[in-house]
Amino acid sequence: MNEVTIKITDREGIIHEVLAPTDMAMNIMELCRAYELAPEGTIGVCGGMAMCASCQCYVLNEVELPEMGPDEDAMLSEAFNVKPNSRLGCQIPITAELEGLELALAPE
Amino acid sequence: MITTDILIIGAGPTGLFTVFEAGLLKLKCHIIDALPQIGGQLSELYPKKPIFDIPGYPSVLAGDLVHNLMEQIKQFQPGFTLNEKAETIQKLEDGTFIVTTNKGTEHHAKAVAIAGGLGSFEPRKPIIEDIEFYEDKGVEYFVKDPELFRDKRIVIAGGGDSALDWSIFLADVASEVTLVHRRNEFRGALDSVEKVQELKHQGKIRLVTPAEVTGIRGAERVEELDLEINGSHTTIATDYFIPLFGLTPKLGAIANWGLEIEKNAIKVNNALDYQTNIEGIYAIGDINTYPGKLKLILCGFHEATLMCQSVFNKLNPGKKYVLKYTTVSGVDGFDGTRKEAEKQVVKAID
Repeated sequence: MNEVTIKITDREGIIHEVLAPTDMAMNIMELCRAYELAPEGTIGVCGGMAMCASCQCYVLNEVELPEMGPDEDAMLSEAFNVKPNSRLGCQIPITAELEGLELALAPE
Repeated sequence: MITTDILIIGAGPTGLFTVFEAGLLKLKCHIIDALPQIGGQLSELYPKKPIFDIPGYPSVLAGDLVHNLMEQIKQFQPGFTLNEKAETIQKLEDGTFIVTTNKGTEHHAKAVAIAGGLGSFEPRKPIIEDIEFYEDKGVEYFVKDPELFRDKRIVIAGGGDSALDWSIFLADVASEVTLVHRRNEFRGALDSVEKVQELKHQGKIRLVTPAEVTGIRGAERVEELDLEINGSHTTIATDYFIPLFGLTPKLGAIANWGLEIEKNAIKVNNALDYQTNIEGIYAIGDINTYPGKLKLILCGFHEATLMCQSVFNKLNPGKKYVLKYTTVSGVDGFDGTRKEAEKQVVKAID
């Protein structure tokens, strides 16, 4: 199975348990768009270049994620509603290691 | 009043290319954009990043693509209303339109092409109590006219290119420049970061990091800002507060034009000409939606081309016309210039 299960709480507070393919070179931002968990134009505005923070999410459980790169770190330093568990969805590729990950989308 | 054949809303790649396709059909274009420069997202978000899926370009920098498009369309002398947002639209009895911007500029056009991408870019406002009250009373989200800050005390907040660039520029204009950022590190072009460092050492820019502006005070206008520096609180006296936290796209006033909207995009007839539910108003590029829509620059180019043909046919009913190839017929600009393929010679060889 080239899929992992990820739980995502949308901006309305609704929890979605979604299957995410690990073989499509997708990231968390794209996954949210594919499942339409946030209206078009409110997520992934810059296309996934860590330049807009519209895909900011809060990591809710202990699943090992790839380390934050300098671009993501810098963008989060300028974003709003940032918490210690904030990440940019576009910078988290979907891999087998993400099985069971739980996230919540940050406010717009 | 500005008059034109096709009024294009949005100076991104799709809007710019529309000028070319319209020009081939002898239709004049005028473009409105909310940003002060052309290029839309390509100029605003990622001018130095490469795009790999423009046909014929294995790789092209977004900024270069905008430059090339401008070069390609300049023969057709497009007009521009930049730094203004299309606010209202009025359809006249003869089927033409008057579009008025937020600054009151009126445009009269036979057809309107909305090529607005994700919408008009608006500043991301920091979450500070009463910040709206102080807008235009000391809080400025853009530096439109640097002279406004001549010999004034200013505080800029942000950690990206625009915060750095404006701090550098205004260091010679304002009496006092303070740059506030949440981190000690800045993200920008290396020479901008180094220049700010140099100006800091010269005492021309005061750098306050890691810090955040948490409040604004003043009876009538901005007088003081509350700052949180590394957990402790202080205030700073200032005339202006310029938060530069990037831009976010909003559909804005266009959402109230009576157009059918679905998922933050404008529904169009993709079987024919990308016209919206209002005759004479088209939507092309990232701003439209239809079954199978792909938000790609190359799709925007295609949509623009079909739309121009449709506008031509509507404006010239019954007129016989066949599609021409630029290689065969050349390109005649409105400026009197002509581009054409070099003629072959027919000559005997002795």
